[in-house]
Amino acid sequence: MQRQQPNILKPHFENVNFQRDGNNMILNLGPQHPSAHGQLRLVLELDGEKVVKSTPMVGYLHRGMEKMAENIPYNKFLPTTDRMDYIAAASNNYAFAASVESLIGVEVPRRAKVIRTMILEINRLNSHLFWLATHALDVGAMSVFLYCFREREFALDLIESYCGARLTHSAMRIGGVPLDLPIGWLTSLEKYCDHLSTEIDNLEGLLNENRIWKMRLEGVGVMSAEEAISSGCTGPSLRGSGVEYDIRKEEPYELYDELEFDIPVSQRGDAYGRYQVYMKEMRESIKILKQLIPKYAGTSTIIMAESPKYISAPKEQIMTQNYSLMQHFVLVTQGMRPPIGESYVPTESPKGELGFYINSQGEAHPYRLKVRGPSFWHTSIFENLFVGEYLADVITLIGNFNIVLGEVDR
Amino acid sequence: MRTYKPKKNVQHKAYHTDRFYVAPTLAKIDPSTDEVFSKDLKLVEKNFSVEEAYIQNNHLVIYVKPTDIYKVLELLKDSCKYQMLIELSAIDFVEQSNEFEIFYQLLSLTKKKRIRLKTKISADDKKIKSVCDLYKSANWAEREAYDMFGIKFVSHPNLKRILMPDDWYDHPLLKTYPVEGDESASWYEVDKIYGKEYRDIVGPELRDPAYIDRLDSKRFIKIKHEVPYGAEISETPTNMMSEYQEEKGVFLVRKLRRAKSKILKKRR
Repeated sequence: MQRQQPNILKPHFENVNFQRDGNNMILNLGPQHPSAHGQLRLVLELDGEKVVKSTPMVGYLHRGMEKMAENIPYNKFLPTTDRMDYIAAASNNYAFAASVESLIGVEVPRRAKVIRTMILEINRLNSHLFWLATHALDVGAMSVFLYCFREREFALDLIESYCGARLTHSAMRIGGVPLDLPIGWLTSLEKYCDHLSTEIDNLEGLLNENRIWKMRLEGVGVMSAEEAISSGCTGPSLRGSGVEYDIRKEEPYELYDELEFDIPVSQRGDAYGRYQVYMKEMRESIKILKQLIPKYAGTSTIIMAESPKYISAPKEQIMTQNYSLMQHFVLVTQGMRPPIGESYVPTESPKGELGFYINSQGEAHPYRLKVRGPSFWHTSIFENLFVGEYLADVITLIGNFNIVLGEVDR
Repeated sequence: MRTYKPKKNVQHKAYHTDRFYVAPTLAKIDPSTDEVFSKDLKLVEKNFSVEEAYIQNNHLVIYVKPTDIYKVLELLKDSCKYQMLIELSAIDFVEQSNEFEIFYQLLSLTKKKRIRLKTKISADDKKIKSVCDLYKSANWAEREAYDMFGIKFVSHPNLKRILMPDDWYDHPLLKTYPVEGDESASWYEVDKIYGKEYRDIVGPELRDPAYIDRLDSKRFIKIKHEVPYGAEISETPTNMMSEYQEEKGVFLVRKLRRAKSKILKKRR
């Protein structure tokens, strides 16, 4: 057998300098690695098992969504937003729709608001369950993965019975929602909420005092509040570092100002603190969903805002009235033209602050659309946070920060 | 004569625009109506020259000079408590005024208010001071703005491309860059994997989603020697009957012998 000669072997890797300097090893982790949660590539410089330097590299899932948005009408872009944070697609739909709505200045009907808030919270549960499943799997708890996926399946069933899709459900439209809730949906939602709260007890029973879980999470990836703020951390990552800021509470949108819920905060700043925040947030989501169920009953049946300049009329009106049909035709073929101006609506997606900055020049396509996806900013902290951690903790932290690479690369 | 297509903005347009359509403008509210914003704005106006300031969609928008941007952000961060840089990016206005607009979206966690600080830089040199020392989050955001627009952030610690490959040609979010990609983009993978000389052999990328292959690619003899559907394959290579299984066979798997096998006319 022929042996490789190390002095001749000179692999070509982009951006990586393989010069041997001291006793450090350079390890390339990803982009095809199961615990990289998608297409994240990390180039780690290791001293033994300790990370000396970490260089996250992203862009393997870059689809140019911001460019696409500049070339298609507003309505056509909405299904594309599903593909960003595909674990919680509705939060992207909502953030985009809300930004366009503030641009065109329409008020969403009450029933649509109730449905939207419900879908958003089910999405949060979905995303958090998925996060716990994959995070626990990375750390080594296989059974938690199975239990979480079973519960997530029921949540996906709920979404499926509402809009027909499980993951990329464009369940929201600019100006409201396309569908009303099916008959009996609210009772199954209530049943699911009751079921899930006992199930979360079980999950916490498995993990909270679990020796391995605690050893792998406690004191890992400690981030101070100042650092979290300076690095642009939002959502559970920010609240895990002791900063009490939830956009649902501080800058409420939809029905969040009418609902009672707490903002879970952990002062620990480590991976375990973030885990606690996520678990408590799931309970808060259940609380919110239970409060929302009675709110549906008293609303009128209108689910789309009425604004002939920007939003098509309901289907029966299009089919019966000539002017509505003409207006619908113009909106479909040419697209709506929002007024000249800008809007940015911050929303609390399961991962953090998600917002769409839209610059409109009065044309049918956005002049500039910038997506503020929380995962992008959370990935950027890996550069500093991993230094000094062990290699095994790097795997823990990639899962712990709940990044979705579809949102990082867009 | 055909009309010239604009070169400075090659983005898709709505196929029809009413000649007499005048787009309305979103209301710009006077900042003095808001208590918190007016205080912050006064502080900025005291130290720097503010070109324009208004409230739009609940956010205070301030236009300042590009040379002042670092100091204004420092003031807003330290004195006005805008601790977080939520977003940083650019907008291409080269067609209209040969300028890039750079915006800094700021959030104050204590006041629960948001400011959008904006500045215009010339498209000729595309340079602005980096704010990495103030906000750590600016690091990647500036790299992305550099990647997408080619704006050089002076004194940035690691100004490299982030989403596109390092050897990518041009900056994709410029209005001069078509959404389908340019010439070099369409050959990027071929050039990288095989080399430039293989462009003719590999051929251009198939971009037609409704494309139907005219040739039978399931019964080909050699790659690139496909025949039309239903054609007689006269030139059968002799070494087609190669055996793929191990000579001794595998446990529990029956050995397939090509010579003894027969093709059924009908399904059983």
